[in-house]
Amino acid sequence: MMGGRWGEGLRELRRYPSALMGLAIIAALVAISFYTVVAIPYSEALAQWRGGEVWQRNPVNAAPVWLDRLAGGGAPRTQVVTSAEAEVEESAFTGGRRLRIPLAFDYEAEQFPSELTLFLHARGHDQRPFVRLLWQTPDGREVPLGGYRIGAEERISLSQDRALERRLGGLVPHIGLLAEPGMTAERAAEAAPSVLPGRYTLLMDVLLFDEAARVDAELVLYGRVHGLAGTDHQRRDLSLALLWGTPVALAFGLLAAVGTTVTTLVIAAVGVWYRGWVDATIQRLTEVNMILPILPILVMVGTLYSTSIWLMLGVVVVLGIFSASIKMYRAMLLPIREAPYIEAARAYGASNARIVLRYLIPRILPVLIPTFVTLIPTFVFLEASLAVLGLGDPLLPTWGKVLNDAQSQSALYNGYYYWVVSPAVLLMLTGLGFAMLGFALDRVFNPRLRSL
Amino acid sequence: MSPSAVPRPDDAQAPLIAASDLHTWFELRQWGFLRLGAVRAVDGVDFTLAHGEAVAFVGESGCGKSSLARTLLGLHRPTRGEVRFAGRSLGELKGRALKAYRAEVGYVQQDPYGALPPFLDVRRLLAEPLIVHGVRDRAERERRIRAALEEVRLSPAEEYLGKFPHMLSGGQQQRVVIARALILAPRLVIADEPVSMLDASVRVEILELLRHIQCERGLTLAFITHDLSTVRHYAERIFVMYAGRVVESAPVDDLLDHPQHPYTQALLAAIADPDAANATRLREVPAGEPPSLLHPPAACRFHPRCPHFMAGVCDRHDPPDFEPRRRHRSACWLHR
Ligand SMILES: Nc1ncnc2c1ncn2[C@@H]1O[C@H](COP(=O)(O)OP(=O)(O)OP(=O)(O)O)[C@@H](O)[C@H]1O
Ligand code: SF4
Ligand SMILES: [Mg+2]
Repeated sequence: MMGGRWGEGLRELRRYPSALMGLAIIAALVAISFYTVVAIPYSEALAQWRGGEVWQRNPVNAAPVWLDRLAGGGAPRTQVVTSAEAEVEESAFTGGRRLRIPLAFDYEAEQFPSELTLFLHARGHDQRPFVRLLWQTPDGREVPLGGYRIGAEERISLSQDRALERRLGGLVPHIGLLAEPGMTAERAAEAAPSVLPGRYTLLMDVLLFDEAARVDAELVLYGRVHGLAGTDHQRRDLSLALLWGTPVALAFGLLAAVGTTVTTLVIAAVGVWYRGWVDATIQRLTEVNMILPILPILVMVGTLYSTSIWLMLGVVVVLGIFSASIKMYRAMLLPIREAPYIEAARAYGASNARIVLRYLIPRILPVLIPTFVTLIPTFVFLEASLAVLGLGDPLLPTWGKVLNDAQSQSALYNGYYYWVVSPAVLLMLTGLGFAMLGFALDRVFNPRLRSL
Repeated sequence: MSPSAVPRPDDAQAPLIAASDLHTWFELRQWGFLRLGAVRAVDGVDFTLAHGEAVAFVGESGCGKSSLARTLLGLHRPTRGEVRFAGRSLGELKGRALKAYRAEVGYVQQDPYGALPPFLDVRRLLAEPLIVHGVRDRAERERRIRAALEEVRLSPAEEYLGKFPHMLSGGQQQRVVIARALILAPRLVIADEPVSMLDASVRVEILELLRHIQCERGLTLAFITHDLSTVRHYAERIFVMYAGRVVESAPVDDLLDHPQHPYTQALLAAIADPDAANATRLREVPAGEPPSLLHPPAACRFHPRCPHFMAGVCDRHDPPDFEPRRRHRSACWLHR
C-alpha cells in the first residue's frame, strides 16, 4: 500500500497521458511561481500593485501584444521620446537662456495612439521655466499647442486639452494631431480617420531664467497594446497580477488542502480510536459544521473583520476541520481499527498516539492522495470567488482580484476580453492540471475504479 | 474426591502466570446506555502455568478462547478475578510497569494476513516493538531484527528485510508474526490458533518451529487450537474450554487417552468418527446447539447437550473441579 507501492504507483502513472499533461501543467505553474517570487520580490509586488507613479508610462486598458498580433497587428505600442536624445539648441538672452528641443519621432503604426502626454522635469530653478509647444507634422503643417509655466514635475496631458480639440475640428488631440490633413469630427463619423505616417516633431521652446536651471522632457505616445497581459484601468501591468497570482493561488490551495486534510484525518482517526464520547462529540460537531454554509461565513468574516488572505486561509481550515469528509474517513478507518495488526501493536505496547498516527492514518493515505490533489483547485477557486465578491486580499495581486477589477470596470461590456479571459484561463488550467493528475492517481491507487 | 482434597501439582513449580476466578464479560448496550446483558466470554477460569511449560487450550468456536487470550495479554480488563504474572496482579500495573509487562508477553495471532501492517516492510514492522520499547540505537535494532528472523528460519535475513507482507507466503508471514512476538524476549508467548489459517503443508512446520523456540528459550507457551489430533506433540497440558469455562485439564496423553468430561469425550468421539478423521480441523461438534454466552445454561453449561445429564443436579449446582485421575481435573458431577 505504501513504500514499495508508492514507487510502483508513481511508475504506473506514466501510463496515463492525462496524468502527464496534468503534471506538466502543475510543473509549469510551479515554475512560474518560483520565477515570480524570485524575480519580483513580495514587497515590491505589493508596492507596485498599489498603483500610481510606477505605471505612469503604461497605457490604460491596453490589450496584450499577442492579441493584436493575432488580429493582424496595426495597434501601436507605447512610444517614448526623450529630450536626452534630441539635438538641443541653446541661446542666451538677457535674464536667461532659451532651449529649443525638437522631440522628433517616426510614427508608422496604422492605428492612433491611445493618449498623448508630455512629462517635464525641471530642476535648479528659482523662477519657474516657461515652455511653448509647437506640433510639426510630416507634411509641414504646424499646430501651436500653447505655452505653460512649469513646476518641478509637470504632466501636460495633450489628449485632454479641450481647446486644442476644438481647433483640431473636434477630434481628440491624440487622433487629430496624427491624422491625415483635413480630417474633422464630422468626416470622421463617415470614414474612420487614418494616420498620416512619417516624421513628427514636437518642438519645445523652453525659457530658463536661472543659471543652474535644467529641463528634461518626455513625450509619451501611449500605445493600444502592452506586454503579455495588457493593462488595467489604473495602467497597472496585468502580468504582475497574473504572475503573482500563481504562487498565491498554489500556496492558498495547497495550504488549505493540507490544513483541512491533515486536521480532519487526525480528528477522524482519534474519534475512531477512542470511540465513546470523543467520537460522539466529533460526530455531532461534524453534523453541525456540515450545515454551516462556508461561503457566507467567509463573506461575513471578510466584511466585518478583514479580508487578509491568511485570515481567510485560517477560517477555511478551521471550518474544514469538521468537514463532511470526517464521515468518509471514519467509515474507512472503522474496519482498520479492528485489524489484527492494531491489536498486535497494542499487545506490544504501542501508545494511542502511535497507533493513531502510525497505524491507522497511513493505511488510508493512498486512498486520500487523489482526493487531496483534486481538493487543491477547489480552494484556489474559493479564493478567486472571494476576490470576485470583493473580498480578496486588500494588498496581494491575485487572479481573483483581476477578475474583480474587470467586473467592476465592465470589462466585457467595454470589449476588454483579455482582462477576464487571462485570469479565467489560468484558473481553469490550474483546475484542469490538478484534476487530470488526481483522476489518474485515483485509478492507480484505487484500482477498483479502473474498470469504470 | 473432593475438589480441594489433593494439593495441586503445578503449585509446586514456580508459576509464571496464574488466572484466578477470571471473568471477562462484554456488556451489550443499546444507544450507548441501555443494558441488554453481557456476553460471558470468560466466565470463571482458574489455572496456573509454570515456567517453560507448553499448554493448549481447545474448545469449539465461540467458547471464549480468544477472549481469554486477550485478557491474559491485558487487552481486555477482566470483569472479575485477576491475572497474576510473576507474582504481580495485572490489574495493578500502570504506565511503565504495564508497558514492561507487554514486553514480557508475546502474541501470535490467528490470521497472519491481517496481523502485519500492510504498509510496512519486514524491517520496519519488526523495528516497531523495539522503538516502542525505547531501543534507540539503529544498529542494535538491526542486529535484533536479523537475529529474530534467523530464529524463525527466515534466512538469509537480507532477503526478507525489505519485503512487504503481501510479497510473502502465508507461512513466511506467520514466521514474521512469530519473530515480532519474540523480538522483545518475552517469557510467555500466547498463540491464538497460530496455524488454522495456513495451508496444511506448513502447519506442522510452524508448530515445530514454535515448539523448538519454546524449548530453546525456555518459554512458557500457551496456544489455542482446534486441532486435537496434533496437540499431543506440541503441548504438555491441555485445557478444554466450554462456554467460557475450563471444563477439563490434564497432561496431554492422559486427557487424550482417558477423557473424563462428557464434553471432551464427545469432542474426541467426533475425531474418531471416520467422516471427520481425515479432516484436520474439528468440524463435527458434539450434537446440539452451541451454548449462548449471553444467556448461558444454568449450572453445568453442558447440560442441555450432555448424554449423562442428571436432572436436579447438573442444572441446579455448578460442578466443581474434581480430580478423577492424578493431575487430571474435570468439572462434572459424574466424578462425585
Ligand atoms: N470485544 C467484544 N465485544 C463483544 N463481544 C465479544 C467481543 N469479543 C468477543 N466477543 C464475543 O465473545 C464470545 C467469545 O468469543 P471468542 O473470540 O473469545 O471465541 P473463540 O473461542 O476465540 O472462538 P473462535 O474459535 O471462533 O476464535 C463470542 O460470542 C464473541 O461474539
Ligand atoms: S455435570 Fe452433568 S451435565 Fe454437566 S457434564 Fe457432567 S454429567 Fe453432563
Ligand atoms: Mg478465537
